[in-house]
Amino acid sequence: MSIDTRRIIKDGLWGNNIVFSQMLGMCPAMAVTTSGTNGLGMGLATTAVLVCANVIISSLRDFVSPQVRIPVFIVLIATLVTLVDMSLNAWMHDLYRVLGLFIALIVVNCAVLGRAESFASRNGVITSAIDGVGMGLGFTLALTAIGLIRELIGAGTLFSQASLLLGPKFAFLETTVVPDYGGVLMMILPPAGFLVLGLLLAAKQACERRAKEPSAPRAEAAIGCH
Amino acid sequence: MSTKHQSTPRTLLVALVVSLVSSVFVAGSAVVLKPIQLENRLIDKQRNILSIAGVGKSDLSSKEVKELFASSIKARVVDMQTGDYADQFDPQAFDPLKAARDPKLSTALPLAEDIALIKRRERYTTVYTVERDGKMESLILPVRGYGLWSTLHGFLAVKSDLKTVIGFGFYQHAETPGLGGEVDNPKWKALWPGKVLFDASGKPAIRIVKGNVDPSNPNAAYQVDALAGATLTSNGVDRLLQFWLGEQGFGPYLAKLRAQGV
Repeated sequence: MSIDTRRIIKDGLWGNNIVFSQMLGMCPAMAVTTSGTNGLGMGLATTAVLVCANVIISSLRDFVSPQVRIPVFIVLIATLVTLVDMSLNAWMHDLYRVLGLFIALIVVNCAVLGRAESFASRNGVITSAIDGVGMGLGFTLALTAIGLIRELIGAGTLFSQASLLLGPKFAFLETTVVPDYGGVLMMILPPAGFLVLGLLLAAKQACERRAKEPSAPRAEAAIGCH
Repeated sequence: MSTKHQSTPRTLLVALVVSLVSSVFVAGSAVVLKPIQLENRLIDKQRNILSIAGVGKSDLSSKEVKELFASSIKARVVDMQTGDYADQFDPQAFDPLKAARDPKLSTALPLAEDIALIKRRERYTTVYTVERDGKMESLILPVRGYGLWSTLHGFLAVKSDLKTVIGFGFYQHAETPGLGGEVDNPKWKALWPGKVLFDASGKPAIRIVKGNVDPSNPNAAYQVDALAGATLTSNGVDRLLQFWLGEQGFGPYLAKLRAQGV
């Protein structure tokens, strides 16, 4: 793995994470993350669209004139999303029933258009594909994390119904952490989406601040006179 | 982004080619995937009928659903006006919802009688039965009606006494998630089994009432709690039951069955 590849992946997973740093794709990040499985499913579907969109747009970047680039990107992304939507409906119908409404909304996920405009239209095909993977996995990670927290507090389970998404082999992921748990309905309802996202954002900020100031006490001493 | 191809004809050509290729892909996959999607919808419906009738486990695979449905559920088309079976229709091919849109196979309901707000009622519809040793064990009736935002489509399963509920649920609706959408909540659905649809005189008696049903109330067997925060959806469910159990609904059919003694 070249240094460049590593940097792109790291950027997508952490440094420039779609949800936690770019603050894009908020609609799916709040709406579908009622369970870890939903978050994972939505994340993977978005990753698939991101990688394909980046590859196609990057390979067409020499043909598309700048004046019409945005409409062309949107048509391409909409086509891809429609294909993903129809294939999910056909082959993963149970998951489609859960995610159905939101799959179509990947079209308006600004993150996909954002990557097309700011990365894929300026970089080579392979680099763009790697960027799609990195950004997509970062998005998946964020959605799964939010989903798991809401599911754990809201229903006392982790990855419930994961076998619907990944096949029966992954049934082992489904764990009931607290048996006979009454559940906290609020965590499953929309307000908790904002709540959990806010807390995770704050945690990430805190992490980064700490990383920037490895010797916090000394730094404090230096600016202590303020 | 290249700057060397900026002439207008070229831009138009690129836009045209992109649109054409995209539409071919979308149209192609729509055609190829349609049969699989229809199959999924059918299995969904069968899964619902099985679960409302209380047949089989809840976590069956698609293949198991198909097999169990084929082996344990019998479908028949009923003439809703006379209450007789209409065996000239193949229940596998007959689509009651399509019939409800066909002027030859349905009747427009006058506003006063259209309490479930369905506009037209099909003349023929498909009912499902579970039989054991040639005797009807349970009867599953399709019902539908308007809630707050959408038409709720569901099934009502009754025992062979034709009045005790086995299960009731909807397989398709677009009510508000968390409020009216709670019609899908297993806790609410669990209130239904054992409830009685008709009173001693044979009139539809089941009602959805606000607040908790008091078990000591003599009418408790006819009453189900309304959904909290979803008055209009609850009213819709109440009205659709009144409609489908009444004379415009399955009244004639149920009367015939009672007369024959099942």
